[in-house]
Amino acid sequence: MFDLTGKTALVTGASGGIGGAIAKALHEAGATVGLSGTRVEPLEALAADLGERAHVLPCNLSDADAVDALPKQAIAAMGSVDILVNNAGITRDQIFMRMSDEEWQSVLDVNLTSTMRLCRGVMRPMMKARWGRIVNVTSVVGHTGNPGQANYAASKAGMLGLTKSIAYEVASRGITANAVAPGFIATAMTDKLSDDQKDKINQQIPAARMGGADEIAAAVLYLASAEAGYVTGTTLHVNGGMAML
Amino acid sequence: MSDVADRVKKIVVEHLGVEEDKVVEAASFIDDLGADSLDTVELVMAFEEEFGIEIPDDAAETIQTFGDAVKFISEAS
Repeated sequence: MFDLTGKTALVTGASGGIGGAIAKALHEAGATVGLSGTRVEPLEALAADLGERAHVLPCNLSDADAVDALPKQAIAAMGSVDILVNNAGITRDQIFMRMSDEEWQSVLDVNLTSTMRLCRGVMRPMMKARWGRIVNVTSVVGHTGNPGQANYAASKAGMLGLTKSIAYEVASRGITANAVAPGFIATAMTDKLSDDQKDKINQQIPAARMGGADEIAAAVLYLASAEAGYVTGTTLHVNGGMAML
Repeated sequence: MSDVADRVKKIVVEHLGVEEDKVVEAASFIDDLGADSLDTVELVMAFEEEFGIEIPDDAAETIQTFGDAVKFISEAS
C-alpha cells in the first residue's frame, strides 16, 4: 500500500521538522522529491541524507515571482509535479489589538498566497496528466482559533477554503486536494514554549502528549497515495483528540 | 475546410466526445457542445499544444465557438 514509485513530489518548508519528515516519508514510499525552503543548508543536508531522487529547490515564499517560478523549476528538475505538499508556514504572533499590517500581511503572504500560487502553477500539468495530489498542511487553530494568532489562524482557515474550492473544480480530472491539520507537534516551533506552557498544552490533549512530525508525514503520505483517490476536499486532523472536528 | 479547422475540429471531437457534424462554425463549446468551464480551459491548452502558440487568458475568454477558435488560431499561427 501507498507505493509512490515513479511519482514526483514538491514539498515546501522541507527544511523544517514537519516538512523534512513529510519529504522522508514520500521518498521512502518511492517518490522523487523536490525539497523547497528558504534555508539551503538544511535542505542540502536532507537531500544528502535521502540520496538519489532528491532535488534541492530553494525558494523564498514571500517573493511572488520566486513562488511562481518554483513549479517550473520543480518540473525542470523532476520532469513533473504529481504531488504538491504546501507545508511551509510562518507565525508572527501578536494579540489582535496590537497586530500590525506587516504582521498580518507577511503571514498571509507566506501561508496562504504562496499556497494559492503553487497550486495554480501545478494545475495545468496535473490536468493534462489526469492525476494529481495536493496536500495543504493547515492547523487545528484554523478551525478553533487561538489567542495571539489571528493572522496565522486566518491564513490556515483560508487555506481550507482554497483547498475545498480546488477540490470541487478538479475532482473530475483525477486530482484531489486535501488538508492535514496538525495539532501540537513537537518541532523547533514548539520548542520555544516553556515547560509550563507545554504542560498546560498536554493537559488539553486527550492523548496527553504532543504529536511527532512523522505522524503528520504519515497522514500526508496517505492523502498523496493512489489509494486516497476518492478522498478530496477533506481535512485529516492529527491532533491527539484535542479538537474532535 | 482549412487545415487549421480540421485540426481544431479533431481536438474538439476527441475532447468533448461529440459528433463531428455538430462542430459547426457557430457551435458554442458550452451551449451547444456540452463543455463545462474546465473543458474550455482544457481545449485552449490542447490548441496551444497542437499549434505551438500561446493563448493568453483574456484572449481565451473570447473563444466561445468553434469558429472563434479557428479564427483566433489562424491569425495567431
